[in-house]
Amino acid sequence: MIRPRLARGLRAQLVLAFLLVSALSAVTAAAVTYRQGRDAIAERAEADLLQELRGHLAARVPDLPADPEAADLRALAVQLDRAAGARGWRTALSYRGGALVAANPQAPPLPAPLRAQGATATTALAQRFHQGETPWLAVAVPVTAAGRPHDPPPLTVYASMSLASQQQDVDDLAAAARAGALPVALASIIPALLAARRLLRPVRRLRTATERMAAGGLDTRVTVTGDDELADLGCAFNSMAATLQADAETLRTMEERARRFAADVSHELRTPLAAMSAVTGVLDADAASGRLPPVTAEALALVSDETRKLTRLIEDLIEVSRFDAGAAVLHLDDVDLGELIGKTLALRHWDGRVRTDLPTGLRVRLDPRRVDVILANLIGNALRHGGPDVSVSVRVEADPERVAVIVADDGPGIPADLLPHVFDRFTKGDSARTRSEGSGLGLAIAAENARLHGGALTAAPAPGRGTVMTLTLPAGPTR
Amino acid sequence: MTRVLVIEDDPAVRRGVGLGLRHQGHETLLVATGEDGLAELVASAPDIVLLDLMLPGMSGLETCRRIRAFSQVPIVILSARDDDVDVVVGLEAGADDYVIKPASTEVIEARMRAVLRRTTQAATGNARSTYGDLLIDRVALRVLKRGEEVALAPTELKLLLFLSAAPEQTFSRQQLLEQVWEHAFHGDYRLVDACVMRLRAKIEDDSRNPRYIQTVRGFGYRFGPL
Repeated sequence: MIRPRLARGLRAQLVLAFLLVSALSAVTAAAVTYRQGRDAIAERAEADLLQELRGHLAARVPDLPADPEAADLRALAVQLDRAAGARGWRTALSYRGGALVAANPQAPPLPAPLRAQGATATTALAQRFHQGETPWLAVAVPVTAAGRPHDPPPLTVYASMSLASQQQDVDDLAAAARAGALPVALASIIPALLAARRLLRPVRRLRTATERMAAGGLDTRVTVTGDDELADLGCAFNSMAATLQADAETLRTMEERARRFAADVSHELRTPLAAMSAVTGVLDADAASGRLPPVTAEALALVSDETRKLTRLIEDLIEVSRFDAGAAVLHLDDVDLGELIGKTLALRHWDGRVRTDLPTGLRVRLDPRRVDVILANLIGNALRHGGPDVSVSVRVEADPERVAVIVADDGPGIPADLLPHVFDRFTKGDSARTRSEGSGLGLAIAAENARLHGGALTAAPAPGRGTVMTLTLPAGPTR
Repeated sequence: MTRVLVIEDDPAVRRGVGLGLRHQGHETLLVATGEDGLAELVASAPDIVLLDLMLPGMSGLETCRRIRAFSQVPIVILSARDDDVDVVVGLEAGADDYVIKPASTEVIEARMRAVLRRTTQAATGNARSTYGDLLIDRVALRVLKRGEEVALAPTELKLLLFLSAAPEQTFSRQQLLEQVWEHAFHGDYRLVDACVMRLRAKIEDDSRNPRYIQTVRGFGYRFGPL
């Protein structure tokens, strides 16, 4: 089955798209939050460090001698380091661009660019850097000499501290964002399924409607709800269906009218023909009497012959219109098929001209009159078109399902281009003799009669030369 | 020579059929309506009636019924093929046979002759035989049931004579068509069924449970066994 897979496919695509979009937005939101949070935490740490450091410096620098020795500087560094408390910064001082003096012999880690700029800076500087895996923050604070605020600051205080705890906060933030993204993405499957359902419902309705239309239900319409693109599609479908239905209706009306006309014409012609048919005998007798001038006699014979042909044509036309109108009725009976064929031949005095291979006691349920019409047509055609020396044979093949009557001749055969049309109305074998015999409806009526039985009539070239016509009938009781 | 009453509303068909029959040496009485036909039947006592089914005023079927109400004159219906259903009703109403128009005079005459032939075979054996309550007189061509004469239409009588001549022998409908109706072609079995139905209505005590004309399913009909 292809159709359910298609529906699943669309639904799967929709859900996947929803999942992707929600996952992407969750990840983006998490990334932006992480970035913003990280920066905000780092900036806060930097501001706090500078503020506290400045406070301590303001309290302690005035105690420094005018030209401090390294020992004075170390003492200040020690005091500053002690004041760090929980922040745990470590300081280093440089007087007039001199070497760094720290509390411990081991100087705190300072990035080189900060060190380079700090020597000449007049305002505080800050820089974040990594020491190993740990993020660090370093600041440089220039301290102006008391009473000479416009001179270049002689003292620069460097401090650096680990941002490990802040990093921890940021990591927690990221983990929280990550943990939130997955359930959000998964939860988006539910609205995705709902949306897919809503979207696919009109699609499914359209598909059902299209299938119904394809099956011939031209009055099929879909219920259009909303005013989205699918509703537009539904409207377009409905107007297409309406047009198709109207066209089919018009065609049917025209065809009906044409058939009705043919039937009416046939019926109208029948009444005068009934009058004429009744007097053909009079004409024949007088024409043959020898009492009339030869021209008159010939004219009478012509009128009489053509009246008979016209009568047959009209009868055939009426029979065809009965098939067209669905008014042909089967009168079924259990009949010995071999006997029936024998009778068909004997009635038309064909028994001497046709070779037969007929079963005895094969009873088939059929309409004897209609089957007689079929067989008379097949055998009559074979005899008529086969030339004087034609050999025609009739045989019966039966199996439990079907019974076939096969009429074969070794005549000139039916041209290949004509073969598919032999059962069409007014198809005639030889255009030079179009009005020789028959109405041109005989085989069409024979085929209709076969179909009415639930059987079939086929024509095929015989091996070598001639034609094989096969009438197939259901063996069991029909309908 | 046969005196034929033609009841046909179309003037051309009426003239044509009349012409053809007169040419064959028959006497014709031509009327256009069922009412005129009934009047002519009483006045002229024709040998046979040719009856068109499509008549203005009183329909062909109604005419057929009214004729049968007082007369067992042979009736042959003139029908168009698409009056198929009417043909059956006509046969049930008592018509003996039918001819499909257009038909040549030869065909019409052949049907007429077959219906008019009073017996199908030379009467053999007893001229009068009794079967149960039925007395069949093959010479006088009469049938009495418990001493009362049964009015039978020509084909009904022929069918009864034919079947009773060979009691307990089953005949197929095709055989009956050939023997009683003299149809050489693949005939219409409804002729037989309609005639059997009419015959049973006249001679059986219970036509649903017939004694005389029995159905042999899948084969045909037989007379008896009683």
